[in-house]
Amino acid sequence: MNLAVNIGQLRMPNPVTVASGTFGYGIEYSPLLDLNQLGAVTVKGIRLHPVRGNPPPRTAEVTSGLLNAIGLQGPGVDGFIQKYWPFLRELRVPTIINIWGTTVEEYAEVARRFDTLEGVGALELNVSCPNIKEGGAQFGTDSRLLSRVVAACRRVTTLPLITKLSPNVPSIAPFAQAAAEAGSDGLSITNSFPAMAIDIETRRPRLANVTGGLTGPCIKPMAVKLVWEAARAVKIPIIGMGGIQSAADAIEFMMAGATAVAVGTANFYEPQTALQILAALRQFMERKGIVDVKEIVGAVQTDH
Amino acid sequence: MLEQTVEIVANVRAADLYFQLVVRAPGIAPLVQPGQFAHVRIPSLKAALLRRPFSIYQVNGDTFSLLYKTVGQGTAALARMLPGEVLNVIAPLGRGFTVPRDDAALPLLIAGGYGMAALYLLAQRSPRPGIVFVGGRRRADILCVAEFAALGWEVRIATEDGSHGEKGLVTQPLLAAIRQPAPPGRHFRLFACGPTPMLHAVGQIAQEFNLPAELSMDTHMCCGIGACLTCVIPVKSGDGWAYQRVCTDGPVFNAQELLWTIPPAPPVPVAPSNPLPPLPALDSPGSGEKRLTADRERQGSRDIQGEVSS
Repeated sequence: MNLAVNIGQLRMPNPVTVASGTFGYGIEYSPLLDLNQLGAVTVKGIRLHPVRGNPPPRTAEVTSGLLNAIGLQGPGVDGFIQKYWPFLRELRVPTIINIWGTTVEEYAEVARRFDTLEGVGALELNVSCPNIKEGGAQFGTDSRLLSRVVAACRRVTTLPLITKLSPNVPSIAPFAQAAAEAGSDGLSITNSFPAMAIDIETRRPRLANVTGGLTGPCIKPMAVKLVWEAARAVKIPIIGMGGIQSAADAIEFMMAGATAVAVGTANFYEPQTALQILAALRQFMERKGIVDVKEIVGAVQTDH
Repeated sequence: MLEQTVEIVANVRAADLYFQLVVRAPGIAPLVQPGQFAHVRIPSLKAALLRRPFSIYQVNGDTFSLLYKTVGQGTAALARMLPGEVLNVIAPLGRGFTVPRDDAALPLLIAGGYGMAALYLLAQRSPRPGIVFVGGRRRADILCVAEFAALGWEVRIATEDGSHGEKGLVTQPLLAAIRQPAPPGRHFRLFACGPTPMLHAVGQIAQEFNLPAELSMDTHMCCGIGACLTCVIPVKSGDGWAYQRVCTDGPVFNAQELLWTIPPAPPVPVAPSNPLPPLPALDSPGSGEKRLTADRERQGSRDIQGEVSS
């Protein structure tokens, strides 16, 4: 049975990774599961400089979901390399480093810095965080800016580039095409959906940031649709994500066209989710007589 | 820290809205330090995804217990669980209290309501008994008095409605005690767990009287293991401040580290578009920021998110 998949030059031993921002820098989860069983470890978004993040409250539990506005708190490139890279570089599975900036130049500079770091698996370009005013989302909702960010990073690195697309666009196909044409090796679909919750007793928003990004099982059907639409528009591989908490969810994304999947919010309530999915995916393949996981990719049958 | 599916040994009403849950957790129980917490997945909650954090109350052989108040859908569902059923827990989590090592310390424990739960192991493992001050809105909120008394501790009670002990806030009997000099050769050390306003008041008293104080902080929590960065609070760092995670940098903090209010937030630093500033060398020291993270409904005094809507 073959579970290995490729995202450009990135070879994943199996198709199950974790979503950026839901798994810290990997080390936090290492007491609870064997990270080397994952297809890849994807770390929280990193920009050039340290970022303090948003004031609390930063998350709110909603029906079948989680609303967050963490604000991409992080140690910056240097802090990441110093504190977390010594741990990550020892893993046998690849690390996908999620990067972001507030300008095209900053994205490229962060990409250049990681290009010189030995052992990085791939870079994931975060152009879709809804919680940062100056960066992120604007690059994900303007296809010309998106092209410039991807092209600028492409020029400075030979690492596989994965562009994480925003769901907050009228149609995802042109964005998928723009990223592919600018040199992206793969796509991550999707990020959180802009959302809001209010405490009716206090009349206050439940997040200090007022609005945030919605994740968890409640977004899954919307994310599956985005993957399906993007997969019909481009040939580059897609990492599907959005509310995955079971192998059935993962297989749904793969049938919609995802080559790999990422477990996100579920890591917060069940750290074993990714490994449980992997075990159940093997059982599904056995039951269906599937010998290569790639047979599932895009296997949905529609009449159009 | 371990993730284990554990069997419920007992789940009984302790008083009014308060329940005590005992689970058999042979891997976890011996590891528990005073002030640590357990992150509990409540299986019957389907649409409420997150685990609920609870302070660990007592440890007995291969079991540990939690004391919780039914305030929302999570704790209500937990209260309906029966012995023999199982729960998935991640525990023990967080940095707890510093247990006094010698007889010189005279520990003063300050609890708001079921904050008592987080302080029990500290009392049990302290070399010499001290005084525990417990406050609540009314008589029904005063818990664990007999348990602390059985350890030889003096218990002083305050209720806001005067239905039990002194009428007023728990800080009143605390102040009365520390205005007296400590017995010869001994010094006061404060440890507190309860609602944030109570912790803030204890922190101010500690500063005023120049006493060491450790406070168990209560915030919204999500992952409980330091990854999500939900549960951050502002903490002094170098000449500035940084967000630290209650779940892994705490929940217990030294009172003098805490800021209580968030300083005016500087905007996210924006890199000049061109040219980029010179980059520090790869081996330069980091920003000085600590490893940060996030969290939620820890109980022991905690009760929180997702619990309002039931």
